[in-house]
Amino acid sequence: MSGMTEMQANPDWSEARAKEIVAPFVAISGGLLPALHAIQAEWGWIPKPAIALMAHEFNLTRAEVYGTASFYHDFRLEGRAGRHVLKLCRAEACQSVGGEALAAATQKHLKCSWHETTADGEWTLEPVFCLGLCASGPSAMIDGEPAARLDEKKLIAALREVSK
Amino acid sequence: MIRVRVSHDAASIAVGGAAVARALRESGADVVPVGSRGLFWLEPLIEIETANGWQAFGPVSKNDAPAILQSVRDGKPHALSLGKIEDHPFLKSQTRLTFERCGMIDPASLDDYERLGGLTGLKRAIEVGSDGILAEMEKSGLRGRGGAGFPAAIKWAGAAKASGDRKYIVCNADEGDSGTYADRMLMEGDPFLLIEGMAIAAVAVGATKGYVYIRSEYPHAIAAMNRAVQVAREHGLLGPKVLGSAPAFDIEIRMGAGAYVCGEETSLLDSLEGKRGQVRAKPPLPVHSGLFGKPTVINNVLTLAAAPTIMARGGAFYANFGRGRSRGTMPIQLAGDIKYGGLYETAFGPSLGSLVNDIGGGTRSGRPIRAVQVGGPLGAYFPPSMFDTPFDYEEFTARGGLLGHGGIVVFNDTVNMAHQARFAMEFCAIESCGKCTPCRIGSVRGMEVIDRIQTEQDNARAITLLKDLCDVMKSGSLCALGGFVPYPVMSALEHFPEDFRPR
Repeated sequence: MSGMTEMQANPDWSEARAKEIVAPFVAISGGLLPALHAIQAEWGWIPKPAIALMAHEFNLTRAEVYGTASFYHDFRLEGRAGRHVLKLCRAEACQSVGGEALAAATQKHLKCSWHETTADGEWTLEPVFCLGLCASGPSAMIDGEPAARLDEKKLIAALREVSK
Repeated sequence: MIRVRVSHDAASIAVGGAAVARALRESGADVVPVGSRGLFWLEPLIEIETANGWQAFGPVSKNDAPAILQSVRDGKPHALSLGKIEDHPFLKSQTRLTFERCGMIDPASLDDYERLGGLTGLKRAIEVGSDGILAEMEKSGLRGRGGAGFPAAIKWAGAAKASGDRKYIVCNADEGDSGTYADRMLMEGDPFLLIEGMAIAAVAVGATKGYVYIRSEYPHAIAAMNRAVQVAREHGLLGPKVLGSAPAFDIEIRMGAGAYVCGEETSLLDSLEGKRGQVRAKPPLPVHSGLFGKPTVINNVLTLAAAPTIMARGGAFYANFGRGRSRGTMPIQLAGDIKYGGLYETAFGPSLGSLVNDIGGGTRSGRPIRAVQVGGPLGAYFPPSMFDTPFDYEEFTARGGLLGHGGIVVFNDTVNMAHQARFAMEFCAIESCGKCTPCRIGSVRGMEVIDRIQTEQDNARAITLLKDLCDVMKSGSLCALGGFVPYPVMSALEHFPEDFRPR
């Protein structure tokens, strides 16, 4: 986790760009959630100044925007994820076919636990509760691409393929 | 060019489906992207058009693709040949109404959809109007497929009667229950069916705007729905004059953000409004004061997707299937450690055991079955001694369980049921919206008590405490998250007491 301060710095933050991203969502009903998604798609997380900016644009308090963002598991408020994100299913259907053993092996391989990023900043490991691939478990999402019928060997090979 | 249907369902892509499609194109095939037939142990599944109809092959790897094409060109058999998929026993014994087209059409082609009977229901709905639709829906006996099983016709009639300057149709596509994937499959494989169902609901209640709230874990479903809505607008299925004659109706696709509780209807509405997805107290009911305080019909994907069949073939036709107060068909999802895992749509009524053993073929691992969980993380665990329970809302309730969204997860004999009970509490603690105390605090206390049961030599008091806690959560929680988590916990304790002792 040594790279965290570096990752949290935001050299590419631009208020003008953030306003441009948020604008179309201010115009629609209930636009805060899609706006948060759009901000995170741009910067990889919800940078602190974005909270104040969205509060201003949506005519809400900063507490309301922060309260909404922090409610949802998807939004990253503490900093960017690693270069790649592995979401591993922890739910029952995957448990029934060895999901927990796979999770333990993966944590050992990556040397990090849930919600953590590897020391080299390469992988962030997130738990996910169901990807809807329940007849083909254990399953995972690797940088947004679904992977199923996994075992330790297949998953580690897939991780090597992505981050080589 | 030889035409090949290739399943682009996320569950096929997850096992190499996209690479198979690429390999087929490189070998000179015309690839038609389709949804899944729902036989997931055979994915990636492909179907090749021949003089003798579509011939299926699976599970296909990218390396098999050229040889399979060549065998079809030469008229020679191939080891992965499955014959016509319609003749496969897993499909042949089903009654596919909602999923009749899934896997056969290009999900982005409205022409394909219409050619196989699509839009017949909506056209009839526009003809007969609100009263006519409500009458057919009532005749059908359709109940909410999301889990609560509330009669759809009563909900729709309530919203139709409610007064408001705007009304909404909201589709709950926040399919978070483990072991369920029917919503995802349908949105990826036959998205126009959902759009048609929502348009029928709109005509019935006088709504002008619809939202589909899809969980962010389903990027392929989101993409398929966005594409379909775009095509529907271009063809006048959505817009200022639906199909040229009905009033305006448009649909917007919204993405969730990883909160399980947003599958609860009032929490979903708050999330759609751009707020924390916290549960609302009822009343008021959403049909009177729902999204943005306006009358709102909120239904699950499968409920809305049943409406086109009901309108096209009549409520009586639909009600002919099923038993007791469980009418019509249910897309049952076989999952977990099961040999033939997949989507099995059938009339209500088959026994749990026949679904798991006869249809599902027992476990994939080959080990004996110890328990099955029906209805997602908030559903009860059933031991094989209860496999005679018919798949029916009331029968499951009578046996201390629930059908939920129709998912069945099979566990083999290596499972520890106290561990599963603890996980149910942990899941509830992670996903609780925090609004009510029984759920927010009870779930954490639940984990602690189950830990004590597994460590203390004399754990009788801890077991009594767990029962009391479940009682409080069941009757004191604001919604089904805290209210139903006692189902997996108590069923595990009741049916597998031998697992609840110090390890």
